[in-house]
Amino acid sequence: MAVSAASAIATRPAGAPARGGPPPFQRFLDAHRDAVWRLLISIVGPAEAEDCFQETFIAALRSYPRLRHDSNLRAWVLTIAHRKALDAHRARARRALPVADVAAVDGRRESSPDPRDEQLWQAVHELPPRQRSVVLLRFLADLPHGEIAAAIGCSEQAARRSLHEGLTKLRKVVPA
Amino acid sequence: MISEASNDIAAVEDALRRAAARGRSSAGADAARRAAAQASTRLGQHIADEGLADVSYASADSPFGRLLLAATRRGLVRVAFPEEDEDAMLESLAQRVSPRIVEASSAMEPIRRELDEYFSGRRREFALPLDWRLVGPFGRRVLGVTAEIPYGGVMSYAEVAADAGSPRAHRAAGNALGANPMPIVIPCHRVVRSGGAIGNYGGGPERKRWLLELEGAIAPQR
Repeated sequence: MAVSAASAIATRPAGAPARGGPPPFQRFLDAHRDAVWRLLISIVGPAEAEDCFQETFIAALRSYPRLRHDSNLRAWVLTIAHRKALDAHRARARRALPVADVAAVDGRRESSPDPRDEQLWQAVHELPPRQRSVVLLRFLADLPHGEIAAAIGCSEQAARRSLHEGLTKLRKVVPA
Repeated sequence: MISEASNDIAAVEDALRRAAARGRSSAGADAARRAAAQASTRLGQHIADEGLADVSYASADSPFGRLLLAATRRGLVRVAFPEEDEDAMLESLAQRVSPRIVEASSAMEPIRRELDEYFSGRRREFALPLDWRLVGPFGRRVLGVTAEIPYGGVMSYAEVAADAGSPRAHRAAGNALGANPMPIVIPCHRVVRSGGAIGNYGGGPERKRWLLELEGAIAPQR
């Protein structure tokens, strides 16, 4: 897998060596597993999150030694996770299984989420795929617009436009 | 109205930020963190089982405390005493071997078993394969001689230097022994001073004495 140009910028992750390659893979996994898990749960739900999680980090492991020490590892791995989640999502659509229910959307199986959040996440989930991706990558994964564009393979302007369209649709569930 | 619309958008953004923050701090978020931790442990296991990692590592309990063990596909590459900084060790392996380093308990099981047997006096030789890549050419000669010292025996620094082909380099031989990346398994504790004094040890002279007593090379101190 190619390392996207956009992921090779930004800051050096904590604990990274001063020169040479990326930090030990286990440290990279420890640092980013929560963010990857959250993103996967929000896109594919708990039943498929595990498989996507494994596929994401195994793909990352494959190209890992080619990374530079100053690569933005977080954006890079979230981009891979997003792609794996979409692949799983498409595969499931082909199998025509039901979409993950809203209780699964944020991994909150053991607590009752704030009702406002539940409605909001449900609305996010019902957005067209690209708008949903952009909203999740922006607000759940905290990626800047440039990284979101790289993650979904469009221009930054197109990503901003999709985000705006998504947010506009979400207005109906957010009290002004 | 444009300003009203952008106010609405800002309200949506605020709501999403608050919801994401609540999602990260709720009890459900703890469950998600546990699930991610478990998935990551299974992942490490899978990576080790499939041979996808260049370096696997795990800890092992010992009479000296928690040892860190690391192995490549070729064999054991590193043994670290409890005082060694784990991050520094992993960082150094990432630089010198490969950054594809994964924690995998099961991959270290054969090594752990041999160490257990050794520490309980049931094993006199290690059979596990070794990866010497962290050792330079001179160190390889010195540690190669050291690896041949039998259980229960000792050699002096001067003898090791002579057998390594550099009779005048016993100080350099001492340094090579001090840099042994696999203490205990490569028995640098079996190299002592010519006068019978125990000499230095990377893991501390008390541990050297303990190991030599275990092997019966010296009488227990009373």
